[in-house]
Amino acid sequence: MSAMVGIVQFPGTNCELDVQHAVEQLGGSAKILFHTEHDLAGVDAVVVPGGFAHGDYLRTGAIARFSPVMESVAQLAAAGGPVVGICNGFQVLCEAGLLPGALQKNAGLKFLCESVDLRVESTASVLTSQARSGDVLRIPINHFEGNYVCSPETLAELRGEDRVVMRYVDNPNGSLDDIAGIRNAAGNVVGLMPHPERASDAMLGSDDGVVLLRSLLAAATKRSALLAS
Amino acid sequence: MARYEARIDVSHLPGILDPQGATVERALPALGYTNVTQVSVGKSIRLVVEAENEGAARTQVEEMCHRLLANPVIEAFDISLSELVG
Repeated sequence: MSAMVGIVQFPGTNCELDVQHAVEQLGGSAKILFHTEHDLAGVDAVVVPGGFAHGDYLRTGAIARFSPVMESVAQLAAAGGPVVGICNGFQVLCEAGLLPGALQKNAGLKFLCESVDLRVESTASVLTSQARSGDVLRIPINHFEGNYVCSPETLAELRGEDRVVMRYVDNPNGSLDDIAGIRNAAGNVVGLMPHPERASDAMLGSDDGVVLLRSLLAAATKRSALLAS
Repeated sequence: MARYEARIDVSHLPGILDPQGATVERALPALGYTNVTQVSVGKSIRLVVEAENEGAARTQVEEMCHRLLANPVIEAFDISLSELVG
């Protein structure tokens, strides 16, 4: 049986079906987890996808983090389960305290929707285990609040512990230290602003996101086997 | 129990981008206000809380700010309380 990826759906989420399609295209199984759900039984990995969860009211991700499903996602993360937040999902994981820092408005004060080059910096994460350090991937971004910011202490920690997973080759949004994605200390929780699911087929203009999604599926499969043993 | 109206002013921490403030600052000179700088647009949240006393009300509102109403990584908050009579 292929690993099961749970994809969180808040009111206002809009990338859940894209993620589901990409996961299934790569041979994985996926199911949508509505934000009111508690039960993650049978789920080996979670993706918090992009969109505008709860309308992004108050702040991006601020309301979403209190959804019932996020409590279960936090438990899965604490138990070592793979959790990936993409775009709005990254903002949600930061608000939930599963990743440090915050995403502020883009430095150019414009909504950005374009393909960008990303350099893989750390392969010690559930999203990059099958990539090589230094690989450059072309993947779309689509955000207004993607400008990563954190305290100098947190930045030192991220850098010192190899927790910057990806950097922009040509920083589009003003992110601190060109950060496009980060991971937690254990490497099982990753947040990134770019959308790998939108670069999952050559027909979409790039399939550079495949290596990331394959890494996630491999982590999910590993966890599934671990739980079965 | 007394009722207190809380006014919470949420502002950007120094160095955090404020596109609305920047846009307003660029618009004001067009109206002839060329002597304006440091425009900042934040959020104002009002709520009424029932509590034993003002101290208890403030403690609770501060907790709300830390947990939901503001993000300490990018925002500062300021609370003013006034008792509602009648």
